[in-house]
Formats: sequence, C-alpha cells, structure tokens
Amino acid sequence: MSDNETTKPDGMKITGSRRRVDLFLVLTWLASAVAVLSLLWILESIVTPAWPAIQKTGLGFFTSTIWDVNRDRYGAMPFVIGTAVSSLIALIIALPLGIFIALFLSENFLPLAIRQVIRFVVELLAAIPSVVYGLWGIAVVIPIVQQFGGYLSEYLGFIPLFSGPATGNSMLTASLVLALMVLPTITAISRTALVVVPHTLREGSYAIGATRWETIFRVLLPTAAPGIVAATILAFGRAMGETMAVAMLIGNSSRLSWSLLSPAGTLAGLLANQFGEAQGLQISALMYAALALVLLTLFVNMTGEAVLRRAEKATAGIR
Amino acid sequence: MTTATFAIGFATGILRATDPRSKARMLRNNFWTFLCISLSFLTLIPLFSIVYLVLQKGIPLLKPSVFTQLPPAPGLTGGGFGNAIQGTAVMVFIALLFSTPLGVLSAIYINEYSPKARLSNAVRFVAKLLTGIPSIICGVFAFSVVVLSTGTASAIAGGVALAVLTLPTILLTTEQALLGVPKALREASYGLGATNFQTIFRVVLPEALPAIMTGIMLAVARAAGETAPVLFTAAFNQYWLKSLMEPTGSLSVLIYNFSTLPYDYQIQMAWTASLVLVALVTLTNITAQLVFSRPKR
Repeated sequence: MSDNETTKPDGMKITGSRRRVDLFLVLTWLASAVAVLSLLWILESIVTPAWPAIQKTGLGFFTSTIWDVNRDRYGAMPFVIGTAVSSLIALIIALPLGIFIALFLSENFLPLAIRQVIRFVVELLAAIPSVVYGLWGIAVVIPIVQQFGGYLSEYLGFIPLFSGPATGNSMLTASLVLALMVLPTITAISRTALVVVPHTLREGSYAIGATRWETIFRVLLPTAAPGIVAATILAFGRAMGETMAVAMLIGNSSRLSWSLLSPAGTLAGLLANQFGEAQGLQISALMYAALALVLLTLFVNMTGEAVLRRAEKATAGIR
Repeated sequence: MTTATFAIGFATGILRATDPRSKARMLRNNFWTFLCISLSFLTLIPLFSIVYLVLQKGIPLLKPSVFTQLPPAPGLTGGGFGNAIQGTAVMVFIALLFSTPLGVLSAIYINEYSPKARLSNAVRFVAKLLTGIPSIICGVFAFSVVVLSTGTASAIAGGVALAVLTLPTILLTTEQALLGVPKALREASYGLGATNFQTIFRVVLPEALPAIMTGIMLAVARAAGETAPVLFTAAFNQYWLKSLMEPTGSLSVLIYNFSTLPYDYQIQMAWTASLVLVALVTLTNITAQLVFSRPKR
C-alpha cells in the first residue's frame, strides 16, 4: 500500500501501539474495499438469478407486452413504458412548481421567517414514508381523480389520453403523488443553484432598468439552468425507483393503454407486487426486470451527477 | 440579496410607471410575483392534508394497547401492532450492525488515511451511486443473497436489505463529520507524538461523534420508514418474533397490507400505524438535527 503514511523510518522501534496502527489501516482499507465491491455484489446478485430469464427471452423481454405468470411468458415492455411515463408526468407537474418554490425561497418577496417555514415544510414532505403517501393517495387522490377523471372522459374522451372509464387506480393518480414526492428534490437542488448566482449579476440587471421578473427570467434562471437541469435528471431517477406509493395507486396492470385514466404498471411496482409469491422462472423474470430498473436508474443518476458537477464548476467560474 | 437590491428592483418599477409600456412591464412583474407566491403556498395544501388525515384517522384507535397487542385477523377488530414495532426495531438494529462499522471505517479510510487515493475516490463514487439506487433494489439484493439461500423470509434478510439502504447515508455523513474536524487538532495531536491510530481514536472521532450520530439517526429514520426493502425479504408475521430466521412483521408492511384489505377497522389501524410511524420518523429526524446543532466547545 503506497499510501500508507504511517510507515516509520527503518530502525525506529515499533511499539505495540504502532503495530496497531497498521492493523487499523488494513481494517479501514478492507471496509473501503467492501463498500466499493458492494455495488458489484448487488449487480451480481441480480444478474445470476436473472440468467435463466435472460437466456430464454433475451432482448425480446423489452419488446413483448405479455406478462402471463400462468403460461410462464414474460415481457416487461408495459412496465418499462409505465416507469418512464409516470416519472415524466410527475416531472412535468413538479418541475414548474419546484422552480417557483425555489425562486420564492431565494427571492425576498416575504420575510425570511415565512420563507423558512415553507422550506421546512417542503423538507418535511421528503421525510414522510412512501407507504403513507400511498395510504393518503388511496383516501384523497383516488376519489378526486375518479370524480374529475369522470368529467374528463365524458367531455374530452375523444382524446385517447382521457378516454374512460376513470378507474381511480390509474397512471394519473400515481403521477400526481409522485410529483409531490419528487418536489423536495427539485426544490432543494434548484434553490442551491439559484442562491449561488452572484449578486453582481442581479444588480447589473436592475441597474440597466430590468424589473425583478425580467431579471429572473433573463439573468438568474439562465445562469442557474445547469443546476436546475441536474435537479430534473436526479428527480427523474428518484421517480423511476419510487415503489410503494406507486404500487398502491397505479393499479398494477400489464395492459398498455393510451389513457392516463386507466391502470398501468411500473417496474418497481411489479417487483413489489410479485416477488412475495414468485416461483421458478417468474423469480428469474422479476430479477431481469430488477436489472433493467437498476441499470436505468444508475444511468440516469450518473448523468445527473455529471451535469451537477459541471454546473458547480461553471458557477465557480463566474463568481 | 440585500434590502438595497430589493429597493432598486422595486424603484425601477415605480419611477417609470407613468409610461404605458412600463405599466405593462410592472403588471407583468406583479403577475409573476403573485403566481410564484400563490403556487408556493399551494404546495402546503397536500402536506397539511396528509398531516391532518394521519392525525384525524389515526388518533381514534391510538391507545396504549396498540403497542402491546398483536394485529387483528382480517375482519376482526381490536388488537394492535406491537409485534410490527418490535420487528421494525429489530431489523433496523441488524441493519446498523452491518452498515455502521462498514460506513464509519470506510469514511475513516477515505478521509484520515488516503483522501486522494484511487480507492477513496471509488468509495465516494460508489456511495453516491448507492444513494440513488431504488430502495426496492436493496430488497432484491437481500432476496437473492439471503432469502433464496435460506429458503425463508426473515428478520436477517430484512436487516441486510436495510443495511444496504443505510450504508451510503452513514458513510457520506461520517465523511462530512470528519471533514468538519479542524486540521489544527490533528496537527496538535501529531505534535505531541501520537500515532495515526491514537489521533483518530482520541482526537478526531470524539470531536466528530455528534455529527456521526446525526448521520446514524438520519439513516435510522429513513430505514424505519421504508417498506420496499422489507416487503418480500422479511414479509410479515402475525405473531411476536421468536427467531431471527422467520418471517418478521414491520410497521410499514403492516400499513401496506392493511391498506389493501376491504375492512374499515383494518384501514383505520393502518392510519394509526401511519401516525406512529410518522411520529417516530419525525422525532428521530428532529433529534438528529438537535444533536448536530449542539453548541461546540
């Protein structure tokens, strides 16, 4: 180990405590090695049991729309699409809200005390367990979606997105609750990106006569954009992996539908629903689905982290 | 953002308000301000709704007996969720047994021994990636490693899943805690002739301990609230825990199971369990923050 800085010059007497130094270094080194290998171990623990299903279905797993446990046929396309669509809708709802809250928290519309209360409340949203969101969604969001979805399908049912019947357990319900769940992520990262914008930029904009919102739209937001983009990508990763609330609200159907008011399914929801009683090849197929989920989220998160790092570098330059 | 910049921004609007084009600009400005403030307050509504419902629906069944009795069978009334609280506590404890030593030791290596080594950068990178892994993947890992080889869902399997979940939190917060210890303290220790080991154990760790404890408590709060990792690794159990190698109940899985039942009483009990869970998680979070913000000597 070349980085062992505790090595003493030759000839120095090594006392008991000095020998312990080396042992402790070895111990911490081992712990670090285990921490690094844990990610590989996780991937290995998924790939090995997934292998029979990978061999049997190959890439057809992602193009087949039939998930039939009784006939041992497994296709995950509806779940991959459901994962992407539910996360996308959640972002479309949460992104403008999150940016406005981040602006509200970083501008001085209201006294600091009120802004801190709002910030605390948004942070609280992040601490509520997923299963409680699910329970709340069943009690509150499902009836609302049933009611308004009914009107939507009645008047706008000719648009495939809103064709009925409105079942309550639907893509829209899950996406609405997901939006609420990713809001703290978007708000926190966007706020950080906004508060590091140098004051001089803002003051320069005011000095040439821009109003506050002209300054926000033309100076602050463009400067903070890389950070906001990173926030969006990381929130997308979180939404894709979110399990319990979605499993409780989306209806867990493997039928593809254009309508946001119909039940759908996600990869994470599929795992939550079927792992408990799975047998034989079904376990293998579920592991394959888990592999797809973990690779998707890893890819999205690595992209998000890379964008965030570049954003931090960029703002460091203008400061 | 000073009052001065605020005043300037405000004044530019007022000074030219007589010019019709400026009037339009000011109107637009006020419109966005109004939209921004109202949307920010709008998001308070769902949170208040959640808190209100958890209290309103959870309090009626909240009696001391729910902490000591077993869950009612579907369709029956009475009972509680004592065994689920026990199961959650046992599995979180098992998780910490794995993740605390691993996380703290790795953090010591990457911050105290070789901050710039390739291995240290790899640890930081992997820890970042692990925080982003969906929690259900932790469950899939424990299912593959423990449940498939032992043939049964168990508290051990649930604990292993939660260990993977808590490892990155503990590792990264411990690294931050160690970074917060002033360099001068270490130099003073070395100056007195202490070894690396003595410096870490007698100077750095005691100084960083409150912040490390915060990280551990945040990890506990997160693990206690999670359902997905324990759903099919620990499954559920109607009875008190007799062995670590049998299916084990938890508060979160009880909420999930009861929420899908068609009986009013079970659904009410799910709300009461939610109240207990939210209270536990919030209290742990707040305690963690208080420990952290303890005034320094």
